[in-house]
Amino acid sequence: MKKFQISAETIDGDSLKAGMAHDQAGAFICFEGWVRNHHDGRTVQALGYQSYAALAETEGEKILAEACEKFGILDALCVHRIGDLAIGDCAVWVGVTAAHRDAAFAACRFVIDEVKQRVPIWKKERYEDGSSDWLHPVS
Amino acid sequence: MTITVLYFASFQEAAGMGSETLEKPVSLTALYESLKQKYQFKFQLAHIRVAVDGVFVGWQHEVNDGSEVAFIPPVSGG
Repeated sequence: MKKFQISAETIDGDSLKAGMAHDQAGAFICFEGWVRNHHDGRTVQALGYQSYAALAETEGEKILAEACEKFGILDALCVHRIGDLAIGDCAVWVGVTAAHRDAAFAACRFVIDEVKQRVPIWKKERYEDGSSDWLHPVS
Repeated sequence: MTITVLYFASFQEAAGMGSETLEKPVSLTALYESLKQKYQFKFQLAHIRVAVDGVFVGWQHEVNDGSEVAFIPPVSGG
């Protein structure tokens, strides 16, 4: 199974977590990114995500491999949604297992930060006045 | 000698399509500059990345006949 997945279906965090069970794991850390109803002071009604799936999966796999190498964790998984999402939906799920909590926290933080910076996925926000915008943050 | 160019997010909206077939360009930078002018893309070269055949490449990467080129505007996943 691929460790980094782009999914058009609802993310099932419970089953992803269950699949990460590991006898050597003393820590499991999970980050879920949810769709919130505001951005820069504007009311957001819904979101859409688009990805360049082939490249997103390659780049995502690289990030997870880097996390394993850098933090000495047991495993890392990430699933990112595409398509139309409603307020409260889970947009991205990151799970990390490690022998100890410090590595698990650090690796989980690393994965979500790198995914946001590097993986070709784009968010389109729809606002209450009917307008919508692709978000392209320039750092 | 042609290539395929893929458009995503605001590039897709500006171009009005997800992809198109074009003459093989002399370089990736020349291709981006011409598309930027044609479709009024709002990003300078320095703010985007480029991928050829599903792999991120440098701007000096040579484009071959049949290559699939994607310009990657700043991403906003998560």
